[in-house]
Amino acid sequence: MIIQQISVFIENKSGRIYEVAAVLAEKNVNIRSLALADTASFGVLRMIVDKADVAYEALKAAGVTAKISEVVAIEVPDQVGGFAAVMKVMSEAGINVEYMYAFVEKNQDNAVLIFRFDDVRKTLGLLKGKGLRILQAKEVLSL
Amino acid sequence: MIWNPEQETLSRDELSRQQSENLKRLVRNVYDNVPFYRNRMAEHGVRPDDIRGLADIVKLPFTTKNDMREVYPLGLLAVDREKILEVHTSSGTTGKPVVDAYTARDLDIWSEGMARTLSMGGCTAADTVQNAYGYGLFTGGLGVHYGARRIGANILPISGGNTRRQLEVMQDFGSTILTCTPSYALYIAEFAAENGIDMAQMKLKSAMLGAEPWSESMRAEIENRLHVKAYDIYGLTEIIGPGVASECEAQNGLHVFEDHFYPEIINPESGEPVQPGEKGELVITTITKEGTPILRYRTRDISFFIEEKCPCGRTARKIHRLLGRTDDMLIVRGVNIFPSQVEHVLLRIESVKPHYQLIVDRRNKLDYLEVQVEMNDELFSDEIKELEATESLIERELHSELNIHAKVKLLNPKSIPRSEGKAKRVIDRRQIVDKQEGKI
Repeated sequence: MIIQQISVFIENKSGRIYEVAAVLAEKNVNIRSLALADTASFGVLRMIVDKADVAYEALKAAGVTAKISEVVAIEVPDQVGGFAAVMKVMSEAGINVEYMYAFVEKNQDNAVLIFRFDDVRKTLGLLKGKGLRILQAKEVLSL
Repeated sequence: MIWNPEQETLSRDELSRQQSENLKRLVRNVYDNVPFYRNRMAEHGVRPDDIRGLADIVKLPFTTKNDMREVYPLGLLAVDREKILEVHTSSGTTGKPVVDAYTARDLDIWSEGMARTLSMGGCTAADTVQNAYGYGLFTGGLGVHYGARRIGANILPISGGNTRRQLEVMQDFGSTILTCTPSYALYIAEFAAENGIDMAQMKLKSAMLGAEPWSESMRAEIENRLHVKAYDIYGLTEIIGPGVASECEAQNGLHVFEDHFYPEIINPESGEPVQPGEKGELVITTITKEGTPILRYRTRDISFFIEEKCPCGRTARKIHRLLGRTDDMLIVRGVNIFPSQVEHVLLRIESVKPHYQLIVDRRNKLDYLEVQVEMNDELFSDEIKELEATESLIERELHSELNIHAKVKLLNPKSIPRSEGKAKRVIDRRQIVDKQEGKI
């Protein structure tokens, strides 16, 4: 149920994202999804990759500041109101989303959203039995 | 351990008597033998006979770094050239270098000052001194060398740089005393940590650190990471090199070796002596030097006298560790800022490492200060709000220390250049703007 995400600190300077991409390419790590959050002075690049551990070690070795965070992937019907239905469940359960982004690939006709909650395990408990389809790590990586 | 108990624990009265005699002799000597000083004294309307004791020192003109540059290379020589055994100069990165020419007696005084210094760090003939100050025209390397030699310690004249080799030598020869700049000491600690070298296994006991201003919190970090006692040592080429003033076992202020280097603290604007204990610019007169003696040299270093008696038993007055230099003192929006203040703030904040750089810029005629701080694993969070909270925490702390707003910028780890000598802490881009404005 818990997916490992690589988060990388990106200094606000040209060439920094390339550095990260090049390290991953060299280690044959495939990026399955990514999102860049930024402010005026820095950014955080969040990625779902096929080999999180390999990516983490390679980035460390290259002197990049990175960490592994736990996120949750939820399937959403790709139709009007699909996303709203998911968010309604969260809103009613009083769940606070730290951040979220969409997965690039679809799972057949369903979109996949990546969510970060401040307490992943507790949130998963709250979401249980609410009719949401939460994907396993291997399902996400095989998309 | 006191190297020269007789001179270092003189009664204040006896010390003053020696200083007065030496000052009178010095003034007569430079008046007779150095045209530069004779002219300067004439301009000031002061003659050697006017100097009857120490209190009259305030009648003498100051000497500045610019003066020394103008008489480059040997305009301050007070003896025949053949009496000079050795010459050292400053690097001259900001202008013509300043020159120090040593007679046999000057080298003797220098060795004495450095023997006193190293003894303060516990150095005896049984010790091994790893001297990572640069050898050459720079005074650091040979100054330490002569002091260690005087004590009879085993010297490893490795000079600066090549950190891997420094650590090998330290391990293989069991160095007990390290001499280098404080920023290089930290760099060695960092390099050791990265390469899995356990500094606790080394035999180092003391680090004698100088040539740049540093802070009490930086001392704590160096002591902690290198497993040593770290001592602040002070000197400058214009006076003799290192061995002008050094910290004793009490690690609370630097004893000025004032039987050779007479110190004053003045108001840098008015040139008048400050009240006892008040901050100001350190001024030094080399009362015993022969080759290139200096009257009232304006060091541009900011300090104050610590008036209490030192528990170590030495009677020489102490100055507080340098608070900065009048010339690396930044004035940003009219506020005086020392890089050491920024360092102090950063070291107070958990997880922040003392690798930083200050960027000062001017936009629309207003000064902007940016403090660049390196990201590290402990600081990093993948949530923007946490990182912004870190930035604003540092900004708040800086504001309360500096009284102006500084923008904090988080950089990639290791992106601030590590220095193997003096760390470059300040990039002041305003000068470029000033030049362009000057053309219009």
